[in-house]
Amino acid sequence: MKAPSFRYVRPTSLEEALDVLAQADGQAQILAGGQSLMPMLAMRIAAPEILVDINRIPELAGITLENDLVRIGALTRYVELEKSSVVAEHLPLIARALPHVAHVAIRNRGTIGGSLSLADPAAEMPACALALGAEIELVSKSGVRSVGAEDYFLGLYETARQPDEILAAVRFPAARSGSACGFYELSRRHGDFALAGAACTARVEGGALKDLRVAMFGCDDRPVLAKKAAAEVERRGTSPEALAAAAEVLAEDVAPTDNVNGDAETRLHYAKVVFRRAVAMLLESTRG
Amino acid sequence: MPEGGMDRPLPIGVREPRARARRLVAGRGRYTDDISLPRMLHVAFLRSPYAHARIRSIDVAAAAAAPGVEAVFTGRDIAAACNPWQGNHALFPDLDSPPQYPLAIEIARWQGEAVAAVVAETRAQAEDALALIEIDWEELPAVVDPEAALVPGAPKIHPDRPSNLALEFTTAKGDVDDAFARAAHVIEETFVFGRHTGVTLEPRTIIAEFDPTEERLVVHQSHQAPHQQQDLYARLLGIPEHKVRVICPDVGGAFGVKLQFYADEAAVAVIARLLGRPVKFVADRFEAFAADIHARDHRITARLGVDAEGRIVALDVDDLFAIGPYSQYPRASVTEGGHIARLTGAPYRLPAYRARVRMVYQNKGLIGHYRAVGQPIACAVAERLIDGAAAKIGLDPVEIRRRNYLRDEDFPYTSPTGVAFEHLSLNRCLDLLVEKLDLPALRAEQQALRAKGIYRGIGIASFVELTGPGPDYYGQGQVRVSSQDGCIVKLEPSGKVRVVASATDQGQGTDTAIAQVVAAGLGVRTADVHVLLGDSEVCPYGGGAYASRGASIGCEIAFRAARQLKGNVLKVAGALLQMPPDALDIRDGAIVDAEKGVERLTLADIGRVGYFQQYLLPPDLQPELAVVQHYVPRDQAYIAGNGIQASYVELDPETGFVKLLRHAVVHDCGLIINPLLLDEQIRGGVVQGIGGALFEEVVYGSDGQMLSATMADYIVPMSSEMPDIDVWHVEAGIGREKLGAKGVGEAGTAGAMGAVLNAVNDALLPFGARIAQTPCTPQRILRAIREARARGTTQSH
Ligand SMILES: Cc1cc2nc3c(=O)[nH]c(=O)nc-3n(C[C@H](O)[C@H](O)[C@H](O)COP(=O)(O)OP(=O)(O)OC[C@H]3O[C@@H](n4cnc5c(N)ncnc54)[C@H](O)[C@@H]3O)c2cc1C
Repeated sequence: MKAPSFRYVRPTSLEEALDVLAQADGQAQILAGGQSLMPMLAMRIAAPEILVDINRIPELAGITLENDLVRIGALTRYVELEKSSVVAEHLPLIARALPHVAHVAIRNRGTIGGSLSLADPAAEMPACALALGAEIELVSKSGVRSVGAEDYFLGLYETARQPDEILAAVRFPAARSGSACGFYELSRRHGDFALAGAACTARVEGGALKDLRVAMFGCDDRPVLAKKAAAEVERRGTSPEALAAAAEVLAEDVAPTDNVNGDAETRLHYAKVVFRRAVAMLLESTRG
Repeated sequence: MPEGGMDRPLPIGVREPRARARRLVAGRGRYTDDISLPRMLHVAFLRSPYAHARIRSIDVAAAAAAPGVEAVFTGRDIAAACNPWQGNHALFPDLDSPPQYPLAIEIARWQGEAVAAVVAETRAQAEDALALIEIDWEELPAVVDPEAALVPGAPKIHPDRPSNLALEFTTAKGDVDDAFARAAHVIEETFVFGRHTGVTLEPRTIIAEFDPTEERLVVHQSHQAPHQQQDLYARLLGIPEHKVRVICPDVGGAFGVKLQFYADEAAVAVIARLLGRPVKFVADRFEAFAADIHARDHRITARLGVDAEGRIVALDVDDLFAIGPYSQYPRASVTEGGHIARLTGAPYRLPAYRARVRMVYQNKGLIGHYRAVGQPIACAVAERLIDGAAAKIGLDPVEIRRRNYLRDEDFPYTSPTGVAFEHLSLNRCLDLLVEKLDLPALRAEQQALRAKGIYRGIGIASFVELTGPGPDYYGQGQVRVSSQDGCIVKLEPSGKVRVVASATDQGQGTDTAIAQVVAAGLGVRTADVHVLLGDSEVCPYGGGAYASRGASIGCEIAFRAARQLKGNVLKVAGALLQMPPDALDIRDGAIVDAEKGVERLTLADIGRVGYFQQYLLPPDLQPELAVVQHYVPRDQAYIAGNGIQASYVELDPETGFVKLLRHAVVHDCGLIINPLLLDEQIRGGVVQGIGGALFEEVVYGSDGQMLSATMADYIVPMSSEMPDIDVWHVEAGIGREKLGAKGVGEAGTAGAMGAVLNAVNDALLPFGARIAQTPCTPQRILRAIREARARGTTQSH
């Protein structure tokens, strides 16, 4: 378990990093917190020619609140999100999800940009990005483009990011008054990637849920919005029976396959359970 | 004088922290990988990607020419310089495991078996070159399932053997069939115990160094048994034994994983000899999962017959035990099956008993001796059946055990399989557990919560463990594993004490316990004793760490040696003071008169006279201020210990997730040397037992491909999921002339799986569901509930 040899560069500006990527012809890989990439290198699953360490690029880190948007730099580490009052106040869904991301040591190094770039189907941050309707900022030599979360996650570890692009930041709409969120995941051990999870947001209007968005993770090859099931909730209401009935249509939203964590049937069952429990937690939170 | 446990002198019974802990926590540990020798090379192994495949050809030319590469070796190259070995055991003469070689020669028989070795300046370079070795593989049918392996006409793993059946044996007492015919109730269950492994924090590591001028092999190795390794390297490589030295520095966990002779490690020693340069190998985590020994992997059908009052009339156990492609060496893989045959139902009066074990070859990694060898399974099987019988008759699980335990009047007792138990304190352990846990209250809480839709389960499991074996098992088995330990206790001129012993430590605190018993035996403080372990050249010959023998044998002999040294010291003191030695004593490092405790001399005085000023002594008194003693238990084949565990769990019936709420252990380890070390040994063992019950599984696909080769897929128990573990003790005395400690290292593991399995099943009761497969994963639990629903057996609740 020793990494294959590679060239290592540590640019100190975004400009410099983009130059390296532009010239690398797809053979470069970005190193952020290294919590996923370092093991992949050691296992020789990843074998880049050039490793571009972005940890010394100051403009990639930081949390800012502008108008109704929270902009989080890609290099912002989980631990900084956990400590951020902006996140606590304006992104309660992220705040709830963070304790489920790995363990303290990993949260000290791991970055939100790394998680969104890796796009593990069972990861928490991609699901939150989807539930919140985040915009992902991708930069290259040719400029900045924004991709909505729904168009960003394309498949298993596959995103809309091009090899010469750096994920620079992610922008979340700040929570409005009257909105609520819920988060639930099943994992064998605390801090493990989820067997199944659901992150959801909604507006509460007179006891009813509007604009319910439930992002399912660990249930498919990417985080998926359970649009059909969410629509059922809006239609049927929020009694336990109604939630259970709504969860039954999840098979139209997600398509789990057999994997080491369970067969497809069990995984679909878990998807239903976490869907119901996450929405129930959202409801619970509105009861104060 | 103040006294420690069971009237033994202090500091026996004192909670002393582990001597090594401070050093290790400060980062000053020296593990094998911390050692770097001049001109050292690194080896990496090419491992078979197939479970079963023929090597048609192998081309190493490109690898040999790669940067930094010193040499590349194939199976044939290495075999030319090393005798093969066979994991046989003369007490089981039918076992004839085929010869095994350091690297596979013609056929690889498990995925992960080493087939070639690259030696390079760095490990990274060696790994780079591995990719350049070209092998023309012919994939052979993989034999994975043990039942399929026995079907006539199944592909044979060893073509020159009659079948894939490695060994079959049966042990029986009483008329089992007749007893079952008369039984009021028969409870039958088929169990599947999954494979798991030890997962040591420090992986297997070895540095071998051969000096051709002296023809001497020095091996640094992360291992439990340096003398065993010395013997094996000497015999298999053909080096005179006095020119082989094996040093085991700090070892980061072992659990039996580091007790075997490993093929890849043998290759390292051979390579060092062939190259005349030091060679290091550190198993990475993939290699650990693929090539460390695994444990368990049993399918057991067992039947328990009871009369109308719940008294056992017969027990019948049939174990299908899959061991991988070879019986492991040097101990043979049979012990795990043997312990299941020997110990299932051991806590109980068994009028009729039968056990059959079939050991089967298959294309998976080798099965070896992992903490508690077979005992967790023996416990789980019997305790599940007992609970099954209790449920059938409507008896409380506590009551049915009381009705069936061996009682004080039964001892000394010989079990149906011929194992002698001097004494077991089963009822005392149970009584203490019931009292400490307040089991009736816990039951009431469980029932009340059930009404609210909260499903909790309580499981208890009694176990008998065989610790500190004497020479009967390996000695008569013609296996060169020593059941003896030796200890040197030496007074330094300053009055401080050095101990050199054959017991070894991999984190248990054996050295601390030895220091304590020496301090107690001699009359000094623990801090004045330094203990050196783990060097086959320096330490007296002995078995090292296995079968919970560190306290029962290693400390026993250290205590005896210390007492002998004390006698020698008092002889010198008596001569100096012109007093009879037995009128003197040693307390806190001072020679005192035994009656009044008044200090007369210090140990430093004895050291000074004994080493420099012998003219002060009578001419015929030669001071002997270092003693060496050996001890092998001869009175019984094993020192039998016992205990009971309880597990309290909560089941989420919707997900199959089990939350561990609480775990408790009552254990009888004879004398308690150090309560702190003891409790932590038990807790660590419990956690490993829980791992096997709920989390850990080495998963292979039907093609023999390992699917759980990373720490993300092989789930070890972690602290956030572990419950508080209460540990209570019963100190039942054994022989006053002895120190009297029984083994403890495996007790936690031996009973935890049974307790958890019973607790999970207790929680499943309202659903009419049962589970008899480990680990009890959420998916398996859900399946059990689903199947029970389909059968329509759900009780109203
Ligand atoms: C034991 C363990 C448990 C874990 N459990 C969880 C868990 O429960 N949930 C969870 O979500 N994660 C978990 N993780 C993963 C962890 O959160 C990772 O840190 C995270 O997924 C990646 O972030 P990183 O900063 O470490 O990225 P790195 O490892 O540095 O990079 C990951 C990938 O993203 C690319 N990349 C990184 N940053 C950028 C960027 N700005 N632009 C473009 N590409 C980029 C890299 O090239 C690489 O391909 C776990 C990790 C470990 C080791």
